[in-house]
Amino acid sequence: MTESTNSERRSAPPGETGNTLVEPPETPVPEEPVTPPSEPGEKKVVRLGDRVFQSVATGSGIFVVAIIAAIGLFLLVRAIPALHANEANFLLSGQWRTGDPENMAFGIIDLAWITVASSLVALILAMPVAGGIALFLTQYAPKVLARPFAYVVDLLAAVPSVIYGLWGALVLAPVLKPVAVRLNETLGWIPIFADGNVPAGSGSNVFTAGIVLAVMILPIITGVAREVFARTPAVQIEGALALGATKWEVVRTTVWPFGRSGFVGGAMLGLGRALGETVALTVILSYTFEGPHYSIFDAGATFASRIALGSAEFNNNLTVGAYIAAGLVLFISTFAVNAIARWIESGSARGKE
Amino acid sequence: MAKRLDIKDLNLYYNKFHAVRDVTLQVHARSVTAFIGPSGCGKSTVLRALNRMHEVVPGSRVEGSVLLDGENVYAPGVDPVQVRRTIGMVFQRANPFPTMSIRDNVVAGLKLAGVKDKKRLEEVTERSLRGANLWEEVKDRLNKPGGGLSGGQQQRLCIARAIAVQPDVLLMDEPCSALDPISTLAIEDLIAELKKDYTIVIVTHNMQQAARVSDQTAFFNLPAVGEPGQLVEIGETGKIFSNPSQKATEDYISGRFG
Amino acid sequence: MRTDTADIERPASAPAFQHLGLGRRIKNHTATVLFGLAFVVAVIPLLWVLFTLVRRGLAPMLSTEWWTHSFYGLLPNDPGGGIYHALVGTLEQTLVCAVIAVPLGVTVGIFLIEYGRNSKLARTTTFMVDILSGLPSIVAGLFIYALWITTFGFDRSGFAVSLSLVLLMLPVVVRVTETMLTIVPDELREASYALGVPKWKTILKVVLPTSLSGIITGIILGLARIMGETAPLLILVGYSRAINFNLFDGPMASLPLTVYTARKTSTEAGEYRMWGAALTLVLLIMLINLLATLLSKLFSVKTR
Ligand SMILES: Nc1ncnc2c1ncn2[C@@H]1O[C@H](COP(=O)(O)OP(=O)(O)O)[C@@H](O)[C@H]1O
Ligand SMILES: [Mg+2]
Repeated sequence: MTESTNSERRSAPPGETGNTLVEPPETPVPEEPVTPPSEPGEKKVVRLGDRVFQSVATGSGIFVVAIIAAIGLFLLVRAIPALHANEANFLLSGQWRTGDPENMAFGIIDLAWITVASSLVALILAMPVAGGIALFLTQYAPKVLARPFAYVVDLLAAVPSVIYGLWGALVLAPVLKPVAVRLNETLGWIPIFADGNVPAGSGSNVFTAGIVLAVMILPIITGVAREVFARTPAVQIEGALALGATKWEVVRTTVWPFGRSGFVGGAMLGLGRALGETVALTVILSYTFEGPHYSIFDAGATFASRIALGSAEFNNNLTVGAYIAAGLVLFISTFAVNAIARWIESGSARGKE
Repeated sequence: MAKRLDIKDLNLYYNKFHAVRDVTLQVHARSVTAFIGPSGCGKSTVLRALNRMHEVVPGSRVEGSVLLDGENVYAPGVDPVQVRRTIGMVFQRANPFPTMSIRDNVVAGLKLAGVKDKKRLEEVTERSLRGANLWEEVKDRLNKPGGGLSGGQQQRLCIARAIAVQPDVLLMDEPCSALDPISTLAIEDLIAELKKDYTIVIVTHNMQQAARVSDQTAFFNLPAVGEPGQLVEIGETGKIFSNPSQKATEDYISGRFG
Repeated sequence: MRTDTADIERPASAPAFQHLGLGRRIKNHTATVLFGLAFVVAVIPLLWVLFTLVRRGLAPMLSTEWWTHSFYGLLPNDPGGGIYHALVGTLEQTLVCAVIAVPLGVTVGIFLIEYGRNSKLARTTTFMVDILSGLPSIVAGLFIYALWITTFGFDRSGFAVSLSLVLLMLPVVVRVTETMLTIVPDELREASYALGVPKWKTILKVVLPTSLSGIITGIILGLARIMGETAPLLILVGYSRAINFNLFDGPMASLPLTVYTARKTSTEAGEYRMWGAALTLVLLIMLINLLATLLSKLFSVKTR
């Protein structure tokens, strides 16, 4: 109890406890410092160690929140002077002239197009494949194989993006060349497959970039989808089976409706990753001064690859500020996409459980 | 060592839910008090309030007082950690620390309080394990993990762990409910021995067990669904089982409880 | 009359199991095949990438020079060269990142599970950790640039890289700590409290050791992941062809930066070094993954 009672007990003469099973300890148990008795009104006694530990833990939580705030703030503060010095319309211009801080003209419209186009190509390709893999792993694959197979898919995420860049630019692009030319020739009447600002056969375009990005976001979407599909209540599945449904009908009527919104949330996470991917695209996309033709055979730069390419120019605050402005737009977009993804995911988790 | 407990007007809450109402009872030193009653009537909740484990649950609240030899464990300025060192507890499911050896499990309370003296730890290990009737079974494998023991052995290990810190009172929440009959008997024998030195409060579902091991018995009940649990009556075990003063007690004991 | 015969030929009772209609069977088989194919589609690029790496990167790795030398003084057409300088950089940058990110992340995890539980701050923190885990690595690099180099006035250095890697590593550590702490049953915490052990000691001596194996595994996997990061390196540190042990001063190589930079030397010798560095990087990551598995076996809670 209180210190005094305790020490009384500990120092009780041995005779009194002679018949006990457990002898009293020879030395008193060292006690940790107890916070001094609290002033009246305050009820809880909290130990010094607990107080310190709790403060440190809470502080670290606050620190994480502060980091995100600081990211937004620092990027904003550094971007504003550059935006003031900008001679072009930041949102609508396609130029990127930042070398001379006295005479800067930069805008993000072309960056936005390449970023969005390559991410969407990636998403369109990756979503059905990821959904298929997730269904295969959770509903079809034998239990013993499901784990190693899932591990194999996860290995895709362990390959660094610079390696994907090399592979995309040097190995995949030449293989894709005839495909790209064929697509361009036969479907060229659809604007999105029309001639881009570089020849369709060049390989260093949104088409190649999108395919490589699709491979890169595949494990992300698959991971989330696998988790939500696996959570389908067994009673629902068994209910459908008891009605004589085939496996496909079970998937279509229970697993898919149950996991759909979680799957979409996972796709949003993948989109966030694709929007911010840097090095693979820096390696794959060729840089051209000609504006985009709004085709998947365009080349150019994304927000992220533009920043990476510009790192050689980072020698004065205004120039850096221009790149930071682009980075800020990227930060805000990925923040929004990720927030929506989490919202969808948590909504689907709450609605179903 | 052993001390008396006086519980006065104890009201216990989980957030807004009033779990137990107005419990007043005495627990005598060096005796066994059994708590019996239907599931959900608040036996565990009362038991956990005695060593301030109740407040570990977020949102929980305590009103009333628990006096240990006249001193209120809920008085302002009393450190709950000290209370728990003085009033030990054994849980329904044996919960040895999985990362620790048998030896380290026994002396966990001392070691975590900073005792480093090897010789003393050795002594306490042996004494506590003997006290829990486990010494002969484990003395050759003190360095093996506690999780490798059988369920009954694990529960006795937990009792050894609890008595190693030399508490004044030992609380046991259905300590045998997960055990086979043989292990149960071993624990009941142990309780009979431990009561020479400790004040023991035991929650049990098993009425024969209450009759076998306890000196006095408290019967708790739920007056109606959604209402807080209450203490119906407390008395000498023999009297409660042969001649209870309340009808509800008699119904429960004779199995006529709805 | 004909219908009568047909009626007679029809079995008296329906067959025990009804046969599926052809359409349903075709649909079912098609779906099965398609889902299996999706998996195959994912495996192809993985094997293709690995095959390319091994085919083109194996030769350099088989020479001793590769492990003991740098690229210092090599002209584009000079053969040979070694990866030592980049290994030093990668290991130093990653280790320093871990030294900062692991204690911080574990503490945040402890806050979320042991103290915060559903408080407003905890929910905000969880959300921010989610946002951090979606933070593009180039933005992490830009932020450290704006903070460390523009605002504090330091030079580009390997340490600036470590700082940006901390941002990418932190959410991994927090997540894995959270997950592992949630698995620890409350009974163990209560057993410890009931022995009169204060909460902070319970966390340090009972809860954390119980979840240690999982946390360590997760952290090492996270380290392997950030080892391949390239984007922040491009803006936070210069590339050096020589060995530089000093994290705080001067340009410093690392494996991903070496791969990226070597790409610009389009000679045969340059490609030799590029693929060698690429395979070295992937091998290192795989090795560390393996190490994580081994450690988790080693540290896992034993019952015998
Ligand atoms: N952690 C908790 N949070 C909220 N309610 C609880 C909690 N533990 C127990 N209760 C409620 O308190 C009441 C008493 O429970 P308990 O003391 O465990 O009963 P007993 O041990 O007699 O079976 C029950 O209605 C139970 O649902
Ligand atoms: Mg109970």
